[in-house]
Amino acid sequence: MPRPGFVLDVDRSTPPTLFWHGEGFRLERLPTGSRVIYPPEPLDALNDPDEAIRRALLEPLDSEPLPALLKPGMKLTIAFDDVSLPLPPMRQPDNRQRVIEAVLDMAAAAGVDDVQLIAALALHRRMTESELRHALGDRIYDAFEPHGLLTQHDAEDPAGMLHLGTTDEGEDVEINKRAAESDLLVYVNINLVAMDGGHKSVATGLASYKSLRHHHNVRTMQHSRSFMDQHRSELHSSNWRMGRHLKAAGVKIFQIETTLNTNTFPDQFAFLQKREWEWKARDRASFLAVSKSLGRTPPRLARRIFHSINAPHEMTSVQAGEVEAVHARTTENVYRQQLVEVSGQTDILTMGLPYICPYNVNSVMNPILVMCTGLGYFFNLYRNNPLVRPGGVLILSHPTPWEFDPVFHPSYIDFFEQVLAETTDPLEIEAKYEESFATDPWYIHLYRTGHAYHGVHPFYMWYWGAHALDHLGGVIIVGGDPAAVRRLGFKPASTMRDALEMATDVVGRDPSITHLHCPPLLMADVSV
Amino acid sequence: MIPEALAGKRVAVTGATGFLGTALVERLLRSVPDCEVVLLVRPGRRASAADRTRREIFRNDCFDRLRSELGDSFDAEIERRVRVVGGDVSVDGLGLDDEDRRLFTSADVVIHSAAAVSFDSPLDTAVEVNLLGPMRVGDVLREAGSSAHMIAVSTAYVAGARRGDAPERLLPDTPFATDVGWRGEVDAARRARADTDAESRRPDALDGFRKQARRELGAAGSPLLAEKTERLRSDWVRDRLVELGRARAQVLGWPDSYAYTKSLGERALLETRGDVALTIVRPSIIESAMSEPTPGWIRGFRMAEPVIISYGRGLLAEFPGLPEGIVDVIPVDLVVAAIIAVAARGADEAGPSVYQVASGSRNPLRYRRLVDLVRQWFRDHPIYDSQGQPIDVPEWSFPGRGRVQGQLQRLSKALGLVERAVTQLPVRGRQAELSARVEERKATVDRAMGYVELYGAYAETEAVFRVDRLLALWATLDSEDQQAFTFDPGVIDWTSYVQDVHLPSVVTHARVRTTPGRRTGPSRRERGRKAVLSPDRHLAVFDLENTLIASNVVESFAWLATRRMSSDERARFTLRTLREAPGLLKLDRQDRGDFLRHFYRRYEDAPADRLRADAWELFNNLLLTKSFPAGIRRVREHRALGHRTLLITGALDFVIAPLRPLFDDVVCARMGERDGRFTGELIESPPTGEARALIMAEYAEAEGLELSESVAYADSASDLPMLEAAGYPVAVNPEAKLAAIARRRGWHTEDWSRAAGARRPLLPMGPLLSGSGDDSRPYRPSIVTRTVRSGS
Repeated sequence: MPRPGFVLDVDRSTPPTLFWHGEGFRLERLPTGSRVIYPPEPLDALNDPDEAIRRALLEPLDSEPLPALLKPGMKLTIAFDDVSLPLPPMRQPDNRQRVIEAVLDMAAAAGVDDVQLIAALALHRRMTESELRHALGDRIYDAFEPHGLLTQHDAEDPAGMLHLGTTDEGEDVEINKRAAESDLLVYVNINLVAMDGGHKSVATGLASYKSLRHHHNVRTMQHSRSFMDQHRSELHSSNWRMGRHLKAAGVKIFQIETTLNTNTFPDQFAFLQKREWEWKARDRASFLAVSKSLGRTPPRLARRIFHSINAPHEMTSVQAGEVEAVHARTTENVYRQQLVEVSGQTDILTMGLPYICPYNVNSVMNPILVMCTGLGYFFNLYRNNPLVRPGGVLILSHPTPWEFDPVFHPSYIDFFEQVLAETTDPLEIEAKYEESFATDPWYIHLYRTGHAYHGVHPFYMWYWGAHALDHLGGVIIVGGDPAAVRRLGFKPASTMRDALEMATDVVGRDPSITHLHCPPLLMADVSV
Repeated sequence: MIPEALAGKRVAVTGATGFLGTALVERLLRSVPDCEVVLLVRPGRRASAADRTRREIFRNDCFDRLRSELGDSFDAEIERRVRVVGGDVSVDGLGLDDEDRRLFTSADVVIHSAAAVSFDSPLDTAVEVNLLGPMRVGDVLREAGSSAHMIAVSTAYVAGARRGDAPERLLPDTPFATDVGWRGEVDAARRARADTDAESRRPDALDGFRKQARRELGAAGSPLLAEKTERLRSDWVRDRLVELGRARAQVLGWPDSYAYTKSLGERALLETRGDVALTIVRPSIIESAMSEPTPGWIRGFRMAEPVIISYGRGLLAEFPGLPEGIVDVIPVDLVVAAIIAVAARGADEAGPSVYQVASGSRNPLRYRRLVDLVRQWFRDHPIYDSQGQPIDVPEWSFPGRGRVQGQLQRLSKALGLVERAVTQLPVRGRQAELSARVEERKATVDRAMGYVELYGAYAETEAVFRVDRLLALWATLDSEDQQAFTFDPGVIDWTSYVQDVHLPSVVTHARVRTTPGRRTGPSRRERGRKAVLSPDRHLAVFDLENTLIASNVVESFAWLATRRMSSDERARFTLRTLREAPGLLKLDRQDRGDFLRHFYRRYEDAPADRLRADAWELFNNLLLTKSFPAGIRRVREHRALGHRTLLITGALDFVIAPLRPLFDDVVCARMGERDGRFTGELIESPPTGEARALIMAEYAEAEGLELSESVAYADSASDLPMLEAAGYPVAVNPEAKLAAIARRRGWHTEDWSRAAGARRPLLPMGPLLSGSGDDSRPYRPSIVTRTVRSGS
């Protein structure tokens, strides 16, 4: 029986706490009285995932069984989550491969000829061949790709998009034309965090800039508290409006969602998902071995090693059918794995950021992504109340190098060098610069033909942190490149001790300190 | 009364564009209101004599005072009183047409102040201008039977490097007389020019120049190399003649060719003047004005100024000289006043006479005093370095000339070695700038060495120039004239003249920093960037390799060629390529075009469509990872400003296809194709070297754009033709040669680097393909296959 999440009160006998630090770790001795929030242990996996999938397809929620929806001569489109999920990439076979193979089996049995696969990129970068093969398996790839039947969503292809009107609130709903015009759109998701899935899968994953800007903006993000909490997320509401509009417009969606347990790291990194005081000799040895050898490895190589990690994630649930019914069940399963009850907010919240976030799979985590991971994702891993009090201080640990991948993140470079040099205020950035980046022909060219994130993507990353920027009294990054940290508008500190000292300028003396021990992922349910 | 004596007179002046001449013309116009002035001005290569007069004489700040006194009537006054004739004192008959000659010879006074005053003029130039010039003026007057009073401006240093009193007497009557025949010297100088020129055209000499040009420019293309070679040749001839002049002068006892030719010029004039009335005026070292037209007025950077500034900047630690020696300096307005007084008095009835305008005997300025004054002033008014820190001036130890020269020579030699070593290194960008700095430092030292060599003698002169006749003339003036036309050297207060008048003026003219603190305005780099990104520009031309992308055609080929190879094949390919590398590099350095033609043969028989498809992957997998994001941003900035953008590259069209949308237009190499396979031959010659300048010119012409408003970005000296063609050249991460050139010419430089977070594959090869490399995959699951087959 896996143990639930846990809040540790640090006392004098507590061993140092492990902080993620990019492609490395730091051991920090937190002051007595600090709290450390540990994630629940991985839930037990489904015994037979393929059978579970088959059953979910045959006994869907609020929907006819999938085979009943499949007819000869119909147009079937299968859209699936892109490389941003799950993190780290999971060992093969990936959930998407399992599910899509099952769907294809049923489609073949029903005599469906016209089948297309679409990677639901939204404005993310196109996946590489090896990434597609990893997610779908060679069989599917080799059967579809050479015939042009495996495509990646292109939000900038005027001929490939279909405008379906606007929601009651005037939001444009524009999605992939093939998907919109199919008799059935099957969406295959991996629901890693509570924000994923539901109507967001199609309304965001297959949408255009024109449509996305209605919820990917500063106002929405500042009103999503948190965006992981569906009942308090404007982002969620907007996507739901769009999803319902799609349904009303006649787009028939069969949603298949899967959840994973938090079995995130392979054996040699097992210590990463254990609580420090429970480390065995073997854990200590492997921690020592890993950190010693990392110390001698050039950062570039260390990055390659980390990015080659495939997570031993296991499927904990699969549900199919009508979008909202499916997603309600999915969310329960996510919460079952990730929720940790925490009572009371903290003056100072510390977190160690890992080497990876949804947008730098197989590349460097650039400073903008550091901001987005810390102030966007991790800060928002709460329900009810933020972990840190209003005006509190967030301390991140990450090397934050002034480094960018010119293939994946070309517009990030210009955003960092030009926009952030002028201002870090999300509203000003949005008003002054968003449009020129979003419509820049060169970025569009690289997004459509290469593997570049869309020109507007760095703006979204910045908006992701808008709620935190609003809420916090200060942000300090420990061990980061000072120039890059300052460009982000944050304060650099060389040690955790310095950072805590600096934070007292904002929050006063004897502050309460809480450390978010993550990943593996958790979501704090904070009561005040 | 001087103004009255010259009223209604016509005064002709030669050398009016010079320092003394300009001051003279200004004084005549301002203080002798009723005289007419005739200027003999040499027409420039493009400007007529009248144009030069307007631009180079009347626009000089010398006339500011007169301009403000006259207000709107200034131009009318000039128009009324000044006549310009085109002529040249280095040509027999002065190059005058009949009308101009009539006008010139009708003058009542002819003041000949035209001279090659540079102490390092080539021998033949100095001879033509300084030796023969006065005689030619005399000849014209004599032949016309003119009754004009000719005043020839000479120099006190005709006395040569001799000690003791130098009286105001005609040279043949002085102890300094030399019996060297001036005609023989003229012939020898002309012969020296012809001989040196012939020597410079010998094949081995020409070969040497070409090698040197190549060393400096690299593979910049033949027209540029030819131009540079010819420039090196003519510079060499000039340097040789300068050397010959100095050597000849020193052998005969003069400090330099200036004094030597001036001295012989006096004698030639005396010999040939016939009955032309003549007075010779010999000033010593003329420096900035004491009070007329304004205190400190000076024209051009003269003898003492560069030395003073070098000292103030801490570059010149030592200047040889005798502490008790006399530095004979005379303010320009004193010289002008003396000449006008002589003109008013008229020629001596007894025959040619001499006036010296010098301070040495009447009011000597000792070298030690001068040095103390200068040093004290710079301590109080330091020059500031680029960091805004005051520069401390060194203590002067009055070393001998030999010691200073020895020190400087050793330093220059050492720097020369460093410079050579650095240029050989394959460095770029910031490192390459180091070599440019070494070069600059060497130039400074060489310049200092030049000063010492040239002017050293003037700080060591032990001759004392007598001014008895000048003072006698001074005594004849009434007090009003003495007030208005002061030329008694006794009135100079050296402390005030050096510290309050001369040094402030010199420092202002040198445009050095005289205020502390960090520079507040934009840096040079920012100004350069602003200039290239000005909306006024309208064309931006880019080179590709190492300007926007740190990659080359060899890498692209390697990537494409190995795209579908197994790992064994790749290993063999790598070995083969490594073996060939040195040869390829050599060929590339010699001629870019030949290299490309030779290298592109490798594409023979390659399947065109497959390479076209693979090129997109190449772009994302290799080229983009090696790109300079700042460079790509710059292209887009130009476009955003509405500039046309043009890429000129020797890379192949299908390789750079993914880059096309970045630019408005692309000129690149294009390969022939037959039956779906590449021929390995280019359709037209690749755009390299000088062809790029041509392409730019044609493009600009066709698009109605101006090259002078265009910006060109390139990284190596082989792109010089393209850079030179543009009004705003930008050196991007320049290699040493280009860095040096860019620094010398003040070109904007950019340091663009690859994105730090880019993936860096060890070899330019794509990821191994997991399939067979063919489009037909061996394995297909049955159900999936059925779906697809029926669907496709």
